[in-house]
Amino acid sequence: MTKFSDLTRMPDARGHFGPYGGRFVSETLSFALDELEKIYLDLRDDPAFQAEFDYDMAYYVGRPSPLYHAERWSRELGGAQIWLKREDLNHTGAHKVNNTIGQALLAKKSGKPRVIAETGAGQHGVATATVAARLGLECEVYMGAADVERQKLNVYRMHLLGAKVIPVESGTRTLKDAMNEALRDWVTNVDDTFYIIGTVAGPHPYPMLVRDFNAVVGREARRQSLEQIGRLPDALIACVGGGSNALGLFYPFVEDDDVAMYGVEAGGDGVETGRHAAPLSSNAPRGVLHGNRTYLMSDEAGQVSDTHSISAGLDYPGVGPEHALWKDVGRVKYVTANDREVLEAFRELTHMEGIMPALESAHALAYAKVLAPTMRPDQHIVVNLSGRGDKDIMTVAKLDGVEF
Amino acid sequence: MNRINQRFTDLKHQGRKALIPFITAGDPAPEHTVGFMHALVEAGADIIELGVPFSDPMADGPVIQKACERALKHGTRLSHLFTMVEEFRQSDTTTPVVLMGYLNPVERLGYQAFADQAANAGIDGVLTVDMPPEEADEFGPILKARGLASIFLVAPTTSNERAATICAHGEGYLYYVSLKGVTGSASLNADDVASHLAPLREMTDLPLCVGFGIRDGATAAEVAKVADGVIVGSALVNQIAENADTPEIIPGLLKAVLGEMRHAMDALNRN
Repeated sequence: MTKFSDLTRMPDARGHFGPYGGRFVSETLSFALDELEKIYLDLRDDPAFQAEFDYDMAYYVGRPSPLYHAERWSRELGGAQIWLKREDLNHTGAHKVNNTIGQALLAKKSGKPRVIAETGAGQHGVATATVAARLGLECEVYMGAADVERQKLNVYRMHLLGAKVIPVESGTRTLKDAMNEALRDWVTNVDDTFYIIGTVAGPHPYPMLVRDFNAVVGREARRQSLEQIGRLPDALIACVGGGSNALGLFYPFVEDDDVAMYGVEAGGDGVETGRHAAPLSSNAPRGVLHGNRTYLMSDEAGQVSDTHSISAGLDYPGVGPEHALWKDVGRVKYVTANDREVLEAFRELTHMEGIMPALESAHALAYAKVLAPTMRPDQHIVVNLSGRGDKDIMTVAKLDGVEF
Repeated sequence: MNRINQRFTDLKHQGRKALIPFITAGDPAPEHTVGFMHALVEAGADIIELGVPFSDPMADGPVIQKACERALKHGTRLSHLFTMVEEFRQSDTTTPVVLMGYLNPVERLGYQAFADQAANAGIDGVLTVDMPPEEADEFGPILKARGLASIFLVAPTTSNERAATICAHGEGYLYYVSLKGVTGSASLNADDVASHLAPLREMTDLPLCVGFGIRDGATAAEVAKVADGVIVGSALVNQIAENADTPEIIPGLLKAVLGEMRHAMDALNRN
């Protein structure tokens, strides 16, 4: 049995989180992953590298992001106090930039002149295009053709930043297909290309390093809780697609046994309908995709399932391997919010606090609406507001029947 | 002796090189696959690689991606492949058959069930594209116990140190990926391939077979000069794609493409 205190020492030397994770890639990429792992492990504890990362976090991203007490909404819900970790206020509007800054520093170290990325909602694509512009790197972003349609604003942002967005027409035309295509690009151009993966999935060492770069969120939230609340919060809530914002918030709290953690997956039309993107909550079978073993939505023959979510960023059939382990050992409780509940939470926060959340982050808010009323007013919940909602205005308008 | 080892032993005696065609099972529809396999043997195939269709074939180019889509549209699954090979074995007991695909369908069935059913069907080897030897600790011994060869890839980017590990785990033959890229990419460079095969020869007695970028008799013959086997996939799958609506003419076309390669490779012996 894995003890909670062991969870900070994952993954093992070969990238395994218990039975999950690993490096399931075709041989051509093994070399590049070995190289990346070596660069990262050399730099991870290097004070100069840390200083460079911290400097960029402070002066380019604008960290620390505030921990905001949503007093009016908390009163309305009539239970625990809700605190929002404002990752939406970061440069580029989401937590994704924490990771792309970190990986861009690794890319610079590797000397490779070109970066590629996959993106769902476009937040990771924008964050990658941003750091590429800043460092003068060539940048191509793979995006499912269906997502290009529903996230036009971010597609144009990437274009303005000088990146080339390549719509992916294969498969389900969403995030998983974008990742397939990015891997195909990487295997072809591995000599001069650095692949900036946007979530805590993919082959080792990506789940580890994406987690580490995003852990700045949880470190700040922990310190801010002690300062502003006077103690640690009772619960943390974050949405989970691949799971990078959730791991970023949760990881620095993992040994704080009294802090409950909730990962909110995309319930889509409802888990019972089969039209969702919730591999953990629906107890999907164990499987291997995109370089790691995890809970993976697939049919009996092992073909990867179509997923459904209102939010492009969570529309993915797998989940980061560390979440899979945390589910098994019971450290995090994984739940779902369906599309209807998500829209309700989106509107409620916008109306009551003047903060428009990304539809991804609205999954976490939807669960806060469920959890807070079951708790006392002297208890505290920190919700990761992982991104801002500007990019989703078209989606919401369309549902409202508004044409531009 | 495993059929793969037997085949390479025979070829060595004859001074010939192995010709190894790849097709995706169930493409364009499951009922055609066994017929295609027999046609490939008639055209000179020494070993057949049978692709297991997968929804997310990350290492494949558009040609084999679309082959997977056609096969999956007809519901082709692992259990069908076992039936196909069983049927093939009713009239061909000597040509080795290797399953090539991705791990997830195997993982879903379970390693032991997979090995049992594959061995019972008359399959000889398994190449799992996204399973390097480091991740094969559990699967490898299960395959071995059922007499199935674990075949691994070696790439141009593979370090000598990794190559040594792969050689130590590999059975049947080594699949040398001739270029950085997905299947169906541009043509390979034969000199480049030769320079990469040389150190592998020092490390292993396994036959070295080369795939990716072999499109016609000329490239097949080039590669056959330096390798023990030539693997051809997309050039054949293209024929299936272009004639998916008239599957009855596909066996003849496969024979023509493969036959040209066979002829070019065997001509090396006569010169």
